Amino acid sequence: MDTMILGLPMIYYVAMITKVLVAFIFVLLTVAYATYAERKIIGHMQVRLGPMRTGWHGLLQPIADGVKLFFKEEIIPSSSSRFAFIIAPLIALIPAFITFAVIPFGGVMEVAGYKIPLQIAGYYDTVAGRIFDVNVGMLYILAMSSLGVYGIVLAGWSSNSKYSLLGGLRASAQMISYELSAGLAVVSVFMLSGTLSLHEIVMQQSAFNGMNWYIFKQPLAFFLFFVCSLAEINRTPFDLPEAESELVSGFCTEYSSMKYAMFFMAEYANMVTVCALSATLFLGGWQGPFADTFTILGPLYFIAKLYFLMFVCIWIRATLPRYRYDQLMYLGWKVLLPVSLLNIVVTGLVGYFISH
Amino acid sequence: METLFFLIVSIVAIASAVMVIACRNPINSALSLILTFFCLATYYVMLDAPFLAAVQVMVYAGAIMVLIVFTIMLLNIRIDATRRHSHMIFFGSIVGFATLFNTVYIVMKSRAATPATTVNVEALKAGHTELIGREMFTNFLLPFEITSILLLVAIVGAVVIAKKKI
Repeated sequence: MDTMILGLPMIYYVAMITKVLVAFIFVLLTVAYATYAERKIIGHMQVRLGPMRTGWHGLLQPIADGVKLFFKEEIIPSSSSRFAFIIAPLIALIPAFITFAVIPFGGVMEVAGYKIPLQIAGYYDTVAGRIFDVNVGMLYILAMSSLGVYGIVLAGWSSNSKYSLLGGLRASAQMISYELSAGLAVVSVFMLSGTLSLHEIVMQQSAFNGMNWYIFKQPLAFFLFFVCSLAEINRTPFDLPEAESELVSGFCTEYSSMKYAMFFMAEYANMVTVCALSATLFLGGWQGPFADTFTILGPLYFIAKLYFLMFVCIWIRATLPRYRYDQLMYLGWKVLLPVSLLNIVVTGLVGYFISH
Repeated sequence: METLFFLIVSIVAIASAVMVIACRNPINSALSLILTFFCLATYYVMLDAPFLAAVQVMVYAGAIMVLIVFTIMLLNIRIDATRRHSHMIFFGSIVGFATLFNTVYIVMKSRAATPATTVNVEALKAGHTELIGREMFTNFLLPFEITSILLLVAIVGAVVIAKKKI
């Protein structure tokens, strides 16, 4: 294991590839079973059973759906812009997955005397004795989520259909306006933490067994961030871009087969990322009782928090009706944006008076 | 490793930059330009400036290009290479060559030509975000405030122009 490749030990590469694979497969599986969980939970909330036929209580439903979508005929409308039409699902899908790279999902794991931090974009410096990760982690996530809008805009425009175009325009307007409030909402967390590195933010929330989570210091910021993120990933009650009752299926009306599946996956992968990010920023990430002693507990706590937030997303979908478009814009620009700005000002003032 | 990575990124950057002017469809040109910006961001990361890279992606690829893509889509310019606009190519190439000459001159003559011998380790440890923030709110406070007022004026102006009746 002491072989060096390009100045780094062999195990570094092995650990890196393993981390990437594990995280990727985890997100993929979560995405697949989030669709199942969504149907099942909403079903039970509405006193229905949900999928029951495929496997025990419908457990094989996501696999059946995947296989079905895979074998469907691929239709590309003849009057579409071919290149943009083909590339749009990819542009939507890739940012959704790669944002997971900076989210820490566990502490430091020791394998054969080599310390591996459970975060894809991070390494353990043996000289300094601490973990280094992307020190602009949060900015990276904001940058990637601002790229996601291209997939939807291109999909809407290149399909050359009026429903798609309307869906695409709605989606982009919505994503751009709520991205702003989401970004401003997390600024108040950074004012407390003094860093943009997600690893550091998690470590700062470790004291007092969860009483130091940022959700208790910044409840308003958590609320704002979660609501704005729901809007940014086009979840109910902000799912106007694909409002079935008005726009058929919005920007993905003309898509079929695997391309449609890619949009579907992107939507759920975005949900996973947003919930993981909320858990990291506000709910202490992978921290929990005994997580420092038993490394394996870290990922488990993280998954528990992640799944709880995803359950909340599904719960909201089962409960709330859809907003009207003007209500959505009113809420974004005239309620959430001023409130998040005010939150920053209040945080700054309180911080100033505490430190002086 | 870094040289190899640099070569790969450079090939992508140059290919996409050529695609920007070679593509017939303006949307594809815009997409290539986004890819070019992405490659630039990669260079910033390789030069130990992750903050700049994130801002590059967020501002250029995420905001400015969205505006450009929107404009192209709403005007629905499909293929724009008619004879009517051929004189623009002439002036465009003049401007392009002037910029190229200027860039070459800067690279050859200025301080950028001499590679930095000392790397500020302290700066790398603190992270650029903190340093930039500190400089911006202490030494460069007045320019910062003037810029924000300028931006505010631009926003108000846009609203006034867009809304006939306020």
